[in-house]
Amino acid sequence: MASFPIFVGYIPVAVTFGLLAKSIGITLGETFLFSALVFAGASQFMALQLMQMGATPAQIIALTLVVNFRHFLMSSYLVTVFPIKGRPWLLPLLSFGITDESFAYFSTRPPREGINFVLGLQYSAYISWVGGTVIGYLFGNVLPSILQASMGLALYALFIALLVPEAKKSLSVAVVAVIGGLIHSFLAWFELFADGWNIILAILAAAGTGAWLLDEEEEVEN
Amino acid sequence: MTDTILIIVGMTLVTFIPRFLPFLAFSRLRFPRPVKKLLRYIPPAALGALILPGVWTAIPNYPLVAIVGAAAAVICSWFKGEIILTVFLSVTVAFLGLYFLGY
Repeated sequence: MASFPIFVGYIPVAVTFGLLAKSIGITLGETFLFSALVFAGASQFMALQLMQMGATPAQIIALTLVVNFRHFLMSSYLVTVFPIKGRPWLLPLLSFGITDESFAYFSTRPPREGINFVLGLQYSAYISWVGGTVIGYLFGNVLPSILQASMGLALYALFIALLVPEAKKSLSVAVVAVIGGLIHSFLAWFELFADGWNIILAILAAAGTGAWLLDEEEEVEN
Repeated sequence: MTDTILIIVGMTLVTFIPRFLPFLAFSRLRFPRPVKKLLRYIPPAALGALILPGVWTAIPNYPLVAIVGAAAAVICSWFKGEIILTVFLSVTVAFLGLYFLGY
């Protein structure tokens, strides 16, 4: 049940990816592998666009690294909350399952239910991503376009639903989130860096501000 | 190996490695205090940066509908704190907005 919002949010995006992949002329097998192996929404769309523009594989791969490097920050946090003691064989599986959405979930709700709960949420998201991709490729746009457009908001609503209760509890959380959003908007608006760098810099700057200015309030927690 | 397969394999590596490195390196290592402090604020910082400015373009060509739907999510989440209800309400508000604008 916890994975339901991610499931709902992923399906229309994945269907669109499958549809778009077909339209630029890559095979069903390749499209499947894209979602099954890469499992990273934004950079998959970016890759299609770049392939269409005739970019080289090296350019596409380099840009993907930049766009997805934010997951390095997210993983660095999650490693502190995942119950992974004594289960080294699970580490590749757990880290492969890290996306913006599952990070958002576990960073605001540390998984006290144990490691199976983590894997369950991550891999039901994975199944909806891969399944949605194949459905989109095979059957085209199965959802009415107005429904597809409104469902574009689902993942943002999920982020909001995870953030707001935390922000309500702690002013410093609210302040850091607003700073993160504002810095990212500022950097994106002025196109100061490549897309992937903007979000990384925004996260670091906002978290740094929080750690540097606001740490008094929650010192007790440790 | 075709270009497409080369792209997929390359992208698989560069998306997996940043996700995996922290698990490989840090699961047996303890962070110094300043790093711990910084990490504690990564979740709200990342959520803020994931929501803004992306939410403006969540519904292509209809930024206002997206903002109203997002505002509904903030209000619902503030008073109810229910994830599924919030997502459902937000999408419904966006749907109605698009419907009345003749999408």
